[in-house]
Amino acid sequence: MKLKKFLPQLLTLLFIVLVFGFFTMNAQENMGTRGIEFGFGFLTQEASFDIQFSLIDYDGSHSYARAYLVGLLNTLLVAFIGIILATILGIIVGVARLSPNYLIRKTSSFYIEFFRNVPLLLQIFFWYFAALRALPMPQDATMILGSSFMTIKGLYTPAPIWTNFDVFLTTLVAALFLVFLFVKFAKKKQEQEGKQLPVLIISLLIFIGLPLLTFLVGGVDLSFSFPELRKMSQSSYTFDGGMGIPPELIALTLALTLYTATFIAENVRAGIQGIGKGQKEAAASIGLTPSQVLKLVIMPQALRIIIPPTTNQYLNLTKNSSLAAAIAYPDLVLVFAGTAMMQTGKAIEIVGITMATYLTISIAISLLMNWYNQRIAIKEK
Amino acid sequence: MFKYVKQLTSLVAVFAVLVAFSTETMAAKKSKTLKNTQKKGFVRCGVSQGLPGFSNADAAGNWTGVDVDVCRAVAAAVLGDANKVKFTPLSAKERFTALTSGEIDILSRNTTWTLSRDADIGLTFVGVNFYDGQGFMVRKDSGITSTSQFKNGISACTNIGTTTELNMRDFFNSKGISYEPVAFEKADEVVAAYDSGRCDTYTTDKSGLAAQRTKMTNPDDHIVLPETISKEPLGPVVRQGDAVWEDIVRWSLNVMIEAEEYGITSSNADMMKTSDNPQIKRLVGSEGEMGAAFGLDNDWSLRIIKQVGNYGESYKRNIADTGILPDRGPNQLWTKGGILYVPPAR
Repeated sequence: MKLKKFLPQLLTLLFIVLVFGFFTMNAQENMGTRGIEFGFGFLTQEASFDIQFSLIDYDGSHSYARAYLVGLLNTLLVAFIGIILATILGIIVGVARLSPNYLIRKTSSFYIEFFRNVPLLLQIFFWYFAALRALPMPQDATMILGSSFMTIKGLYTPAPIWTNFDVFLTTLVAALFLVFLFVKFAKKKQEQEGKQLPVLIISLLIFIGLPLLTFLVGGVDLSFSFPELRKMSQSSYTFDGGMGIPPELIALTLALTLYTATFIAENVRAGIQGIGKGQKEAAASIGLTPSQVLKLVIMPQALRIIIPPTTNQYLNLTKNSSLAAAIAYPDLVLVFAGTAMMQTGKAIEIVGITMATYLTISIAISLLMNWYNQRIAIKEK
Repeated sequence: MFKYVKQLTSLVAVFAVLVAFSTETMAAKKSKTLKNTQKKGFVRCGVSQGLPGFSNADAAGNWTGVDVDVCRAVAAAVLGDANKVKFTPLSAKERFTALTSGEIDILSRNTTWTLSRDADIGLTFVGVNFYDGQGFMVRKDSGITSTSQFKNGISACTNIGTTTELNMRDFFNSKGISYEPVAFEKADEVVAAYDSGRCDTYTTDKSGLAAQRTKMTNPDDHIVLPETISKEPLGPVVRQGDAVWEDIVRWSLNVMIEAEEYGITSSNADMMKTSDNPQIKRLVGSEGEMGAAFGLDNDWSLRIIKQVGNYGESYKRNIADTGILPDRGPNQLWTKGGILYVPPAR
């Protein structure tokens, strides 16, 4: 009887093992006949190609492993910025879609319907080739925000030059910790004595005031290097100094943000609409102000509906960032599964590493969001 | 009764395996790729995604170019019809994987022959059908006429996954110039980005520059600088491990070049059968048994010359007459001051 129960499962397992075994042997045999060797030794070899944009120190004399790291960080950078911007925009548009104002409501509906129904790759091409192409050459650029320049070669902004940056950073972290302690204290005080402290104002004061203090007593100083136009030839110019943000990063972030924000906006709308009208009315009847109703009654419940589908959108955004290869943003796929794979010919190894990397990033985001989801779930008391 | 059926089936199975095994080894002696190609009825050829003069498809989907002609020559030799080719457009990144994984049988896609590619990644280069070198294109109004006028901070557009990326680094490093590499996956995007002003220079093989210049909004606004910063011998590639197939592709190319050397063209090939020169007779199949070694008939080379033409005809039709590179430069026969020199087909 027991065997009958386990036999199908055993056979399934055996089947999976055999299929995997067959693929592995097949790959080994084919690679053998073609003289390709399997191995990860190439990772320590000199990469000998340069990368346009890197968050860490890199040039062609570094190893392939380092090039992998550059690509990974670039992917994480665009995913991080994209997720934050898409969340902010998504919440604004989602709330705006429920606005009593006809114009605001219809504008956000139109935005959502347009951007979520056009393929993402086309949007990336649009922002890179159509929108950015309309930007001026460096020599024709007009100054924006005092000392920045938006040109076809990218955005040039002043670069901060810090002295004693570590002191500043430590203070910032300490301030954050203090704010955390204070919020806990205020909450406890309210629960015990029913007294409300001006939490927001005091928190802001700590968070901004303390790091500012280091300028006076900690020897911290901040100055800027400004971008300066330099002539390279009769018709081409470039900027020296300052910080250059490549147009590829701008176009990719813009496209990913505008695309993903539409889905998040719909999640937000669904979340808010999913809360019964009675909740709002009941909260108002016990004397809560409208902002308190939103903060204490509506949002905590709406978030339960919003978070799980939004996690999917975060994962989508991260994976969609691999479309960067089309517009030369040096992400993991372009640098590692692109150039590095071509130069080494280690297709199986590199595709394997790249897949494992995306899997790891996605699982990490999932775990984080699941943890958050559990935290905000309604706890039956 | 049941028992006998079982025994019979196992006997049949063993027999089938034995037969399959024996035909397999016989065919392997010939060439597995050749056998598969003849069975399918077409040559599977990997080409570029559109490089005028080398491999480019017109609006009707007809492929032309000197790289395309190599595959057509092989089709004429092994299948008797130069049109029996299935072209697969590949990006620089995809090309080697497509070949090693068996998706295509010849890679004829302006691919540079280098040591690491030949030795490392399961590929075999069979020859050179175009001698090229990497160069730079700039806008005419920049006033730049030589790479010595390049300044720090120059941005250079190019393709990923090519030797170009490596040469570019070597070049700028040796000159001590800081540069911004902007590398795209597809050539069309490289051209679009450079054309829009994103980059100050566009670098790739000089033939590629000449060909892509025709795609610019105003081709006359751009010039290719005279310096050549690398050797780029471009040629067809096959998978490692099928020596006969390798020989067929190598000699299909060699026959085209040697036919030009001996003045055999697509129009006079039939008349050449009665030539006094034994080497000409060997090339058009009226003397010797040149195809037997590959398992082909004796007219294989005649079909190449008649259907595809000799190398000179192919060059003229695809590269010279289209205005891409009217001057043959190093791609002239060794007898006429170039470096095209192939071993004798005898």
